[in-house]
Amino acid sequence: MNWTWFHKLGSPKWFYEISGRWLPWLGWAALVLISVGLVWGLAFAPEDYQQGNSFRIIYIHVPSAFLAQSVYVMLAVAGLVGLVWKMKLADVALQQAAPIGAWMTCIALLTGAVWGKPTWGSWWVWDARLTSMLILLFLYFGVIALGHAITNRDSAAKACAVLAIVGVVNIPIIKYSVEWWNTLHQPATFKVTEKPAMPVEMWLPLLVMVLGFYCFFAAVLLMRMRLEVLRRESRASWVRSEVRALTEGER
Amino acid sequence: MNPVRKKRLFIVLAILAGVGIAVALALSALQQNINLFYTPTQIANGEAPEGTRIRAGGLVENGSVKRGENLAVEFRVTDGAETITIRYQGILPDLFREGQGIVALGRVGADGALVADEVLAKHDENYMPPEVSQALEQSGMMKHYEEGKQEYAK
Repeated sequence: MNWTWFHKLGSPKWFYEISGRWLPWLGWAALVLISVGLVWGLAFAPEDYQQGNSFRIIYIHVPSAFLAQSVYVMLAVAGLVGLVWKMKLADVALQQAAPIGAWMTCIALLTGAVWGKPTWGSWWVWDARLTSMLILLFLYFGVIALGHAITNRDSAAKACAVLAIVGVVNIPIIKYSVEWWNTLHQPATFKVTEKPAMPVEMWLPLLVMVLGFYCFFAAVLLMRMRLEVLRRESRASWVRSEVRALTEGER
Repeated sequence: MNPVRKKRLFIVLAILAGVGIAVALALSALQQNINLFYTPTQIANGEAPEGTRIRAGGLVENGSVKRGENLAVEFRVTDGAETITIRYQGILPDLFREGQGIVALGRVGADGALVADEVLAKHDENYMPPEVSQALEQSGMMKHYEEGKQEYAK
């Protein structure tokens, strides 16, 4: 197997060049997918027979909850790559993805609470799904705080990577909480092996939104990582010429 | 992969496995405490603690809802095997109806009925437009569908 692409990722300069090429595509894809998904889901999808229009919050809640968990898995993978292959870019990815993941978890929790009040009759219930999701938010806070608390970049990277990897145990707990225990939160509507418990005109806009959220995450992550790479490599000659070109372009 | 990296990879995976096993053991020890509610069967078998506030959950039995004065309501909740009577006074959530899953928080009285001070509706994972549910009702498939849910609740 050819691993050159993987080792090339260790080079900040190569990353900066390739991500600059991907960024516009991802940004436009996110914009188009999210606007199409929002209009479709909020205005054109049929309402639910029980919940009426309040079910439409699913078009924000589910994509953000998906992202919250996927981003954490990404943090753990980046942590593993950082620990085993000592790749500096992995630490950049970990540090820059954590705040986005924390925001996604916040959105999922808030939209869930807003939906829970009319549907269940309560903003918050300490059931297994909600509690494990709250723990995920605290894990994100932990990674962010740890990254800022340690001044030495290498030790901070190591500590954050270990925390991210250990915390990944929470992800299967979130996923299966609704099956292992009695919870108020309903089981998954979408399963890999079965037909979704939702008609196609309802889940198609949801799929568009989920893809849009992933593109949005990728675009924001690349933007944040590019800035961080410039900051960390500020002594390198290619960064100086790049920054000079950028600032002169503005004048 | 060079030996140093291989060793580091094994250390990380070993740590992850250790933490995973520790969490799995802790969670299985706490199994009962993590459950949000007790099913009527568990209450009938005496698995629920007596004399304290507990949550009971299940499907509202068809034809069991009796409404009294001042928003008082009495209904039976079933899990297919056992039922428990629940008394409640207050505003029920919008989704409350017969056949719906609910969770009630309260104390079990001497007569075996649960006097609830909070009733939450549990939503299931099924979504459909109103036209579809009407069509299902007209063709008599809704009953079949609800039975399927009861079957699932067991």
